[in-house]
Amino acid sequence: MTDANPLRRAALLALPWICVVLAWTLLHYSGLVNPVLVPTPAQVARRFWELMSNGKLPIDMLISARRVLIGVVLGTLLAVPTGFVLGWYKNVHGFADPLVNFFRALPPIALIPLVVVYFGIGEAAKVVILFYAAFFSGVIVMYEGISQISPIFIRVARTLGATDGEIFRRVIVPLSLPHILTAVRVELGVVWATLVASELIAAQNGLGAMIQNASSFFQLDLIYLGIICIGLIALGMDLLLRKISQRFLNWQDRISA
Amino acid sequence: MSTRDRIVFDHVSVGFPTPSGLLPVVEDVCFSVRDGEFVSLVGPSGCGKTTMLNIVAGFLKPSSGSVTLDGAAIAGPGPDRGVIFQEYGVFPWLTVENNIGFGLSLRANQRSKEERAEVCERYMKLMGLHEFRRAYPKTLSGGMRQRLALARAYAVAPQFLLMDEPFGALDAQTRTAMQDLLLEVLQKEGKTAMLITHSVEEAIYLSSRVVVVTARPSRVRCIVDVPFPYPRTQSLHEQAEFIELRSTMRDLVMREYAAQEQQARDAAPS
Repeated sequence: MTDANPLRRAALLALPWICVVLAWTLLHYSGLVNPVLVPTPAQVARRFWELMSNGKLPIDMLISARRVLIGVVLGTLLAVPTGFVLGWYKNVHGFADPLVNFFRALPPIALIPLVVVYFGIGEAAKVVILFYAAFFSGVIVMYEGISQISPIFIRVARTLGATDGEIFRRVIVPLSLPHILTAVRVELGVVWATLVASELIAAQNGLGAMIQNASSFFQLDLIYLGIICIGLIALGMDLLLRKISQRFLNWQDRISA
Repeated sequence: MSTRDRIVFDHVSVGFPTPSGLLPVVEDVCFSVRDGEFVSLVGPSGCGKTTMLNIVAGFLKPSSGSVTLDGAAIAGPGPDRGVIFQEYGVFPWLTVENNIGFGLSLRANQRSKEERAEVCERYMKLMGLHEFRRAYPKTLSGGMRQRLALARAYAVAPQFLLMDEPFGALDAQTRTAMQDLLLEVLQKEGKTAMLITHSVEEAIYLSSRVVVVTARPSRVRCIVDVPFPYPRTQSLHEQAEFIELRSTMRDLVMREYAAQEQQARDAAPS
């Protein structure tokens, strides 16, 4: 968006959200559905203030966000070097590719029951499942990206007198950075989805657990609130990551603004 | 110009392994490049000219025969030989200024910060890039990127300049301007240059000698001395001697193109 007027820009940004809230309110009063089944935005907002002021919601949000971050950080730490090796050494790629794709194609959610058997329902189980989700989604992005790096830059650096170490630090690292950031973005999406699923199945706290408990007591406003919070946190993390990308990768041709 | 040989190809052959056996790409090539000379290689595309340049650059070793640099074998790529690639290879993550300074910041050619800044400054001016010093390559035109690649190669003060179709992707006007700029900087700094091109016209205009290469496997068809003195200007293109030399050489090269085509037809399954 390149609109110069900040007020108009803000209005344009807010417009689709306002439309959604409006449609939601209309649905409640339209008589098309049982009003009991669709709480109004105001009801959800009231619930939001209530839970914010008694400190329950911030704790659940923090717990969920922390689990996501731990999963993404651990997954990235292993996905970056692994993806790098797979992308860089074409012969390794050849035989490791089917294996990686097999594990990547398995939805992490499908593994939850197994993880519960092995690791129980504590934090360790969640870390394991989220690490799994992050690693396999990240590793694919990394190795696809790395294998597309043109060898011309390395040749040029060599003709200028660069050593292997210099080529790694000053050519390969900057060229890998965009792929690392893309990997993290993809991981965040997958890990959020997995986290909520795992909290729905086995957890005492976190946003997923909150939704699950609310459903047992038919507290629809709470379910709505949980869903909205999940969406907003995911959106916030993605925005933050995009800002980081723009800051460090402004040399790139395409930047998703 | 002295007559000291600097790059010497001595009975050089190169073959690449393929499923159906060794494919000869370069066969028994002998020629040399003297100090301060500008030698071009012309011939059909895909005939193995780039392979020869890659040997001098240090990316490849001949299967037999030898290529020597000032009498010594070539161990690998090095900053004494600047290479200009057809696809430019400017570093997209560095600004114009940092692209030019890249070579001088490496351990192999370590300079003080002041010296580096001075060299960058000089080549940015020379190549008309100083207004774009903080720009990233994505914002530059093709001609500017090629100038940047040239400036980056020059900054480490190589003794040799090896160019593989450097102006192939440029439009006619930019190409002409780049040719003159190249001659100008070469004149100033007296380097020994090797150029690969498919344009006979460009080869004659720039070179002191032109090596005509045959269809694959490349052999040396003939070596033509270009009699025009430096400095040269574009008006050379209109001189009768230039036109005559050009048409003679075009015939030579066209015959090789025809041979290449014939080869391709023979190889194609009917």
